[in-house]
Amino acid sequence: MRLTRSGRAVALTLWLGGVAVFASALSAGVEPGAKAAERVAASIDQPVSVFTLENGLRGVVIEDRRAPVVTHMVWYPVGAADEPWGKSGIAHFLEHLLFKGTDTIPDGAFSKIVAENGGSDNAFTSWDYTGYFQRIAADRLGLVMSMEADRMVNLRLNEDHIRTERDVILEERSSRTDNDPGALFGEQMRNALYQNHPYGVPIIGWRHEMRRLGMADALAFYERFYAPDNAILVVAGDVDADEVERLAIEHYGPLQASGRPPEARPQEPPHRAPRRVEMADPRVRQDYVMRFYAVPSFGMDKRVSAALSIASAVLSDGKNSRLQQSMVFGDGNAIGAAAWYTGTTRDTTVFGLYAAPKPTAGLDMVEADLDAEIARLAAEGPTEDELERIKRKARADLIYAQDSQSTLARLYGAALAVGLSVEDIATYPELYESITPEEVRAAVATWLVPERSVTGQLTRAAETQATAAEENAG
Amino acid sequence: MTAITSSRIDAAARRMLALSAGLLVALVGTGAGAAIEITERTSPGGILFWHVEEPAIPMVAFEVRFDGGAALDSVTRPGVARMVTALLDEGAGERDALAFAVEKERRSARFGFSTGRDGASVSARMLVDELAPSAALLAEALTAPRFDGEALERERRRRLSSIRQDATDPDSLARNAWYARAFPDHPYGQPAKGTVASVEAITVDDIRAMHGRLMTLDRAKVAVVGAIDADGAGALVDSILGGLPAVAPEGAAPAAPVDPAPPSGMEIIDLAVPQSVAILGHAGIARDDPDYIAAYVMNHVLGGGGFSSRLMTEVREKRGLAYGTYSYLSDLTDAPLVLASVSTANERVAESLEVIRAEWTRMAENGVSAEELDKAKRYLTGAFPLRFDTNSKIAGFLVAAQVAELGIDYVDIRNGLIEAVSVEDIRRVARRLLQPEALSVTVVGQPAGL
Repeated sequence: MRLTRSGRAVALTLWLGGVAVFASALSAGVEPGAKAAERVAASIDQPVSVFTLENGLRGVVIEDRRAPVVTHMVWYPVGAADEPWGKSGIAHFLEHLLFKGTDTIPDGAFSKIVAENGGSDNAFTSWDYTGYFQRIAADRLGLVMSMEADRMVNLRLNEDHIRTERDVILEERSSRTDNDPGALFGEQMRNALYQNHPYGVPIIGWRHEMRRLGMADALAFYERFYAPDNAILVVAGDVDADEVERLAIEHYGPLQASGRPPEARPQEPPHRAPRRVEMADPRVRQDYVMRFYAVPSFGMDKRVSAALSIASAVLSDGKNSRLQQSMVFGDGNAIGAAAWYTGTTRDTTVFGLYAAPKPTAGLDMVEADLDAEIARLAAEGPTEDELERIKRKARADLIYAQDSQSTLARLYGAALAVGLSVEDIATYPELYESITPEEVRAAVATWLVPERSVTGQLTRAAETQATAAEENAG
Repeated sequence: MTAITSSRIDAAARRMLALSAGLLVALVGTGAGAAIEITERTSPGGILFWHVEEPAIPMVAFEVRFDGGAALDSVTRPGVARMVTALLDEGAGERDALAFAVEKERRSARFGFSTGRDGASVSARMLVDELAPSAALLAEALTAPRFDGEALERERRRRLSSIRQDATDPDSLARNAWYARAFPDHPYGQPAKGTVASVEAITVDDIRAMHGRLMTLDRAKVAVVGAIDADGAGALVDSILGGLPAVAPEGAAPAAPVDPAPPSGMEIIDLAVPQSVAILGHAGIARDDPDYIAAYVMNHVLGGGGFSSRLMTEVREKRGLAYGTYSYLSDLTDAPLVLASVSTANERVAESLEVIRAEWTRMAENGVSAEELDKAKRYLTGAFPLRFDTNSKIAGFLVAAQVAELGIDYVDIRNGLIEAVSVEDIRRVARRLLQPEALSVTVVGQPAGL
């Protein structure tokens, strides 16, 4: 999940379920850090190159010559999980403030200059990273690089900026979360899952802390983390890799390295007891049950991660998946059911389950159905047929993913921002193909266990009860 | 929310020329060497389609749009048209829903079906290596859907749940209420997904009858983009669409054109949420109006231009009243609208609406400055190529351009049309179009001081 600066969330296929979407058209990995932009692979048609500047800024270039446009992104591998305790929302608040101005591009002119050059721009924040991007005619790449480099180190804020933009993020919280009981419930679920890791704090922030965020908080986060050695540049489109490196040296090269990578975050202790969340809200019109398990990310255990990704696809990908066939089709108890897994996080991630019961069934019935499907997968694993259909789908995803340069740019940016390498991406399809049914079974049996889980039920409250919305609105 | 700008160049003349010359070609010149070549063709079976050959990736994007859509629903039973498209891949021909899904997956084909207020759309992506069997499967979905009882009941349950959830979702509530006031006796005034009562009542007979009306060749606009040549594309079009009826049965026209007449003034719908959602709007400007392009540029400055628009500057950047606010020209056939929306804390709704009305008035009275117009033109012309960077986007554009009868050379002339708009054009169209006192306003929430 991530928040965008504009009115709409970007729907990302972020290594969710079919991780292979993520893997690019790479077949051979090469060491990053080569001096000249180095072509790392070209298995189908999109050559990918990497370089590292002397100040530590890493660059990835994906050539796609079909249209004369370019996607230019800078990713900082820091997000909501890197905030000081008690300052929830500051990473995302700073992302908004980065559009306010520098000495050379003052007063909200950033987006206007991009627009006057025929481009569009936006930014997003997740727990692990903060990204800024422009989509623009390829011959304007130098312009947007100069602007992005400028605001990496020259941000100038005043109290007016802080006051109005803080109101904006409070309204954003209302739109995304407080107006939607399902979003409030998701916030409660995550907070119950993570006992020690800051992934349990919402990206947008808790309202009572957001209200008190100020200029000093924003500048402290900015000065601590925004530097070229903490930045990942991704350029995709109608460009030449050597020319991109030359432009990067010109615009980003002069910036001073900080020498301070982000610190490791507090990690989860052993999980010893299953937990439950029960929430009622008068606005709810469809009860449902959710289950979160705390499981390894790709960076923590690559084979387990790929196996969990396959497990989520066996359960929930397509009409012939297990949850659809046993719970939603025919006499099943559910209106809808799903499983998902997100491998592209830096630390312990979530394997999720969801089911909404038919009016004739109850929450406990669909919860028992989910338990039965997990137990069956943990006991028997997937069939060879199931594994083959999921791997075939991943191969097709790989081809379809190439149709969008901005999708590929996001895949690389997110992967590098959570600590993975270009080679990890390049070799992912091979790894995915090599996962056996037994590995899937073992991953489910080991990780999808009650003591690592939170189970939540969201129901409709009587109208007289004070609502979560009112409590949050104050 | 992106409106396709239109100039309605003589489509009939163009079509005659296309037939006599065999094909028409247009290039999207972009100044940087790359271009897409759009060709109008007729398949061996006589179906007109637009084609772009793009060999870089071994896939084909196939897009069809059938005019009509939810406007074909009766006022008393909305939701039938959308139920048809929801069930197309739930079993067809010899295959039930599961067998259909298995075959689709075996071919790695991706099909999407949807119904909007004015049209039903099919968006398919297929691998070149699996093209013939993928196309055969899509043809079955379009021409021989089964509408099995089990699939219908499953979809009905899902739909009812979704409609019930809309009843406490401020965005859905505001949208449905605004359109219900504007179009009281027309399908546009009903939610395309239907109501609880209508969806509970839908029968298989309703669905079969609607299927016969929804997808006919006389209402189809077709595009093929990808690693496929002209002959291959023509054969593909015939293999997918050849089995459809040539013309819609009698009495299957969409509801009669309607003048949007949203009542001015405000409707407030009480919902216990911390933030209100407001929709404002009134009658708009037709696509084939000579001033449509000027209105499109005007709206870009008013509230269509994202962070650089006047509404965003005044509501968000200066006052922090909202996370998002925008305006747009709606492209409903025969009932054009201009609409705006804002979501803001209950206690700040009155101020937000006041700011939006003031911007409406300022634009109506003074238009835009030469500098604003110049900036808008630079964005609109410069950003045009961003619409053509994926095969799927190109296919979507080719169909939208046909729906709006823009002409095959639209990609060549479009930026010129934008460039030709003057400050005086915008002053004229803004004065005519924007009527602050006519705004029909729907607010959902618990707004203070209204």
